[in-house]
Amino acid sequence: MAKPTKPPKPEELVKIDYNPPEKPWMEVPVEFKPGTFCYGTRPKYLEEVGLPNPREWSPTDDDWKLPSDWKDTVINGIGERLKKYRSFQLFMDICVRCGACADKCHFFIGSGDPKNMPVLRAELMRSVYRKYFSLGGKLLGNLAGARELTFDVFKEWWYYFYQCTECRRCSVFCPYGIDTAEITMMARELFNLLGCNTDWIAGPVANCYRKGNHLGLEPHTITSNIEFMLDDIEEITGIKIEPTFNRKGAEILFVTPSGDLFGDPGTYTCMGYLMLFHELGLDYTWSTYASEGGNFGFFTSMEMAKRLNYKIYAEAKRLGVKWILGGECGHMWRVVHQYMDTWNGPADFLEEPVSPITGTKFENAKTTKMVHIAEFTADLIRHGKLKLDPSRNDHLKVTYHDSCNTSRGMGILEEPRYILKNVCNHFHEMPEDTIREKTFCCGSGTGLNAGENMELRMRGGFPRANAVKHVRDSHGVNMLANICAIDRATLSALMQYWVPDVEVCGVHELLGNALVMTGEKERETDLRLEPLPGKEEDEDV
Amino acid sequence: MPTIEFEGKQIEVDEEGYLQNLDDWTEGLAKYMAEQDGQELTEEHWEIINFLRDYYQKYQIAPMIKILVKEIKKNMGPEKGNTKYLYQLFPDGPAKQACRYAGLPKPTGCV
Repeated sequence: MAKPTKPPKPEELVKIDYNPPEKPWMEVPVEFKPGTFCYGTRPKYLEEVGLPNPREWSPTDDDWKLPSDWKDTVINGIGERLKKYRSFQLFMDICVRCGACADKCHFFIGSGDPKNMPVLRAELMRSVYRKYFSLGGKLLGNLAGARELTFDVFKEWWYYFYQCTECRRCSVFCPYGIDTAEITMMARELFNLLGCNTDWIAGPVANCYRKGNHLGLEPHTITSNIEFMLDDIEEITGIKIEPTFNRKGAEILFVTPSGDLFGDPGTYTCMGYLMLFHELGLDYTWSTYASEGGNFGFFTSMEMAKRLNYKIYAEAKRLGVKWILGGECGHMWRVVHQYMDTWNGPADFLEEPVSPITGTKFENAKTTKMVHIAEFTADLIRHGKLKLDPSRNDHLKVTYHDSCNTSRGMGILEEPRYILKNVCNHFHEMPEDTIREKTFCCGSGTGLNAGENMELRMRGGFPRANAVKHVRDSHGVNMLANICAIDRATLSALMQYWVPDVEVCGVHELLGNALVMTGEKERETDLRLEPLPGKEEDEDV
Repeated sequence: MPTIEFEGKQIEVDEEGYLQNLDDWTEGLAKYMAEQDGQELTEEHWEIINFLRDYYQKYQIAPMIKILVKEIKKNMGPEKGNTKYLYQLFPDGPAKQACRYAGLPKPTGCV
């Protein structure tokens, strides 16, 4: 059976050709290169959520089994969205092609393919927009930069709009603030009108709809996985933690991405949450129903994102909690911060969040009633509520990767850094142009983190990896901290490929290491059960 | 849809050879899949494959790697209770290769 193509070796991949093809871009046909695209979705995932045109298909097929009126569906779909989203109309009209964005995209930097320049990625759609929606384009066609929507164009869209992670770095540099992410979102909505999602996105969407989370973890699997982590915590600290699930009347509902409940190193981050909440005596509950913070619906359509997001408020209401605390996740926070309130709010059955430990009112979460754990924890440290021993992280030299969504999407820049500087003694920033608002994407966001897409992921993650390599070489950095579940999964693969001696962790894993808990035994290991600094030799005694 | 032919039957698999219908699984099929990779399934392999299948029956998903490691540690001793041992048995990784032989689907999402 065909195995997914392995990417070329790093020394081969880094030979990137930035010379554009000689032909004009409209005449260069799309080529589906193995390792740079995801499999098409299986029909069952579309059927499970009622999306159109479920069938067996592959992007490499000559026939995508589209309905005969597919072109009308796309054109009408564009028309509807132009009316519905003013931003989309604006972004179709205002680009002056100044080129400020051209070299800002990680996929362009890593591939050299001009169609990965944000300006040209958008132009793939603008050219069709002009043909059907602008007078100049209708009359002058090609001369006005317009072109017909053909099957080849549709295929080209599919390839390149699944080579955009909606990271929004380009929009930071655009003098008009054109947000290519919104154009990609529209393109993906159009694909989903015709059943052309990827398997890696549609699968989690169907799982989340049916079972509450992307992985399809059932309630007893969630509790069993958490119990497993609790056993490890007891082994490390001597403290037995007994969290509650689906408990009515708890003050706080905690929601985190399901990756934290399943995959390393996310599980260590999860152990950090469990230890923190126990030490605080926080009156909180887990939910096995609203068991996903992330939202792959957001990579499908607004409507699907709204459907999947709904359960968070529904569960908060059912349990009668006062407010919601959210874990370390990236796109979850873009949805929570910028869409949830208007989609599924107002959450007037909840109270404005107040930290029960410090009394701090989280003004920024006044309407959503959902607080980011980095803010919650930074506030605890600021008020001196946590006893911390950063020397337990002395074996680590840490840098911080800003997730695209929490940095550019909601401005969480200082809080994770504040936590890190309090829980470790060795913290080093990556170069200025690669962090905070200008952070480089992990290269695998928006559901592009499939195994078969590995070459594209390694190319897209190259600028981030390069910045990590810089601090590894200059400061000996060996740990890349972040606050996103996709990052924890994808940066691990990225580091293995480009900077193999750097590991990846969530911020709350390092907090868990440093947290001095009441009644704990002397710690011998960190949360990964690796010996703490100075304890290595004890093993042989 | 790709298929593999086994004992005269066409068995549906995904692009990477994972079974589409878990009911198609038999011990013979697992051996056949391993043979195609040039691998012979020993008692040690079967211990893991059987654990994966039992776990899946109960939880509808493959176990976290650390659950698998702990289980092996319990049954086969600490010298085998580590990921290195698992990778020796399944060079493509226990999550991928062992799950494929066991007839389990790949986990998806933020993993």
